Amino acid sequence: MRKSAIAVEAAADLVPDGARVMIGGFLGVGSPDRLIDALVARGARALTIIGNDTAYPTVGVGRLIEAGCVARVEVSHIGTNPTTQRLMSAGAIEVELIPQGTLAERIRAGGSGLGGVLTPTGVGTVVAQSKQMIEIDGASFLIEKPLRADFALLRAHEADYYGNLTYRLTAANFNPVMAFAADCVIAEPDEIVPVGVIPPDAVRTPGVLVTHIVSRAR
Amino acid sequence: MDAKEIIARRVALELRDGMLVNLGIGLPTLVARFIPRGMSVAMQSENGLIGFSAPPPDGMENRDLIDAGGGLIMSLPGAASFDSATSFALIRGGHVDMAVLGALQVDAAGRLASWMVPGKFTPGMGGAMDLVAGAKRVIIAMQHVAKSEPKIVDTLTLPPTAARRVSLIVTELAVIEPTDEGLALRERAPGVSVADIVACTGARLIVPKVTPEMPLCRD
Repeated sequence: MRKSAIAVEAAADLVPDGARVMIGGFLGVGSPDRLIDALVARGARALTIIGNDTAYPTVGVGRLIEAGCVARVEVSHIGTNPTTQRLMSAGAIEVELIPQGTLAERIRAGGSGLGGVLTPTGVGTVVAQSKQMIEIDGASFLIEKPLRADFALLRAHEADYYGNLTYRLTAANFNPVMAFAADCVIAEPDEIVPVGVIPPDAVRTPGVLVTHIVSRAR
Repeated sequence: MDAKEIIARRVALELRDGMLVNLGIGLPTLVARFIPRGMSVAMQSENGLIGFSAPPPDGMENRDLIDAGGGLIMSLPGAASFDSATSFALIRGGHVDMAVLGALQVDAAGRLASWMVPGKFTPGMGGAMDLVAGAKRVIIAMQHVAKSEPKIVDTLTLPPTAARRVSLIVTELAVIEPTDEGLALRERAPGVSVADIVACTGARLIVPKVTPEMPLCRD
């Protein structure tokens, strides 16, 4: 159960080129900034990033885009990052746009052993193209498949050495659902506290889901 | 009073005590300034918060506290924070009483296009498709024309945001309600004639014998 914290560079080395990587955050808030910087520093390439958005060119996931680390993104929004839009137009990056609630539920399904979700979101739009529709009690739903990744890179507020995590305010966003949906889950907390300091009711991600904790900045 | 303020003041009159409301990015955000005094309305931001006001005074910023447009906000006493799956369960599950959204186009069937202009502009849908699919009422707050082209059109030429018919369209010229019969003109802005409105609208309007003047929320 007990984990030792690893250096951020060592954590970035675990993520190979070409990996599918979920990254928490909403316009950079709640993104693991040190892990992102370490991936940029090691020159990661051809990553597929799954997250809410690509933030801004100098913020969060935007830094990976700017550094040429990313081949594909699966996100709900790229409107705040002109670089993503330019690379998409030039064919240098693949972009799959997914409605935000559908993205959250697909990740939740992927992490909780469900075969997918039925959602009314996207019915009658381009999102429904090449997807199965199903009628339940007279209402139409899209069948949306689960999403999983090789890695989830999370930003937490506190972690203890069992990997139990807490989050702050709007920095939680996609982090708690992503903790369930990847083979290797790496958490970058603001603080590491002794086991027992986080009360059980305050734990939002149970430590068993977390593979590695990133040690504090030196 | 400029166009945006007219729209925000009129939309604010749709608020009711005790509502949970989601205001979209841009013009809809202005509605929060005109919540009638004494009315208690809870605001949801889809990135995971109910109960906020914006923006914080200098020195009180919290980098972990933003709205869905990335603007810094303050949480109010009694606020609740939650993850994105919970936030969209609130939205899709019909727990949001009213969503106020901007639009690029609305058509005669009351369908909304708001998330891309093919070949020109692809910001993505963000949470808009979920909000339109799930909120109890969807109110469109937008300027009546864009670059002298009507935004209210017969049939959408841009990709729709949802199949659903929106509840109400509020512009600086008029209040229009999409109905089974078509777009019904409900109100005209102060100093604006019905003929002005018809001239700026790209779809047929059902015009009543008398079109009342739009009331505007006071501060």
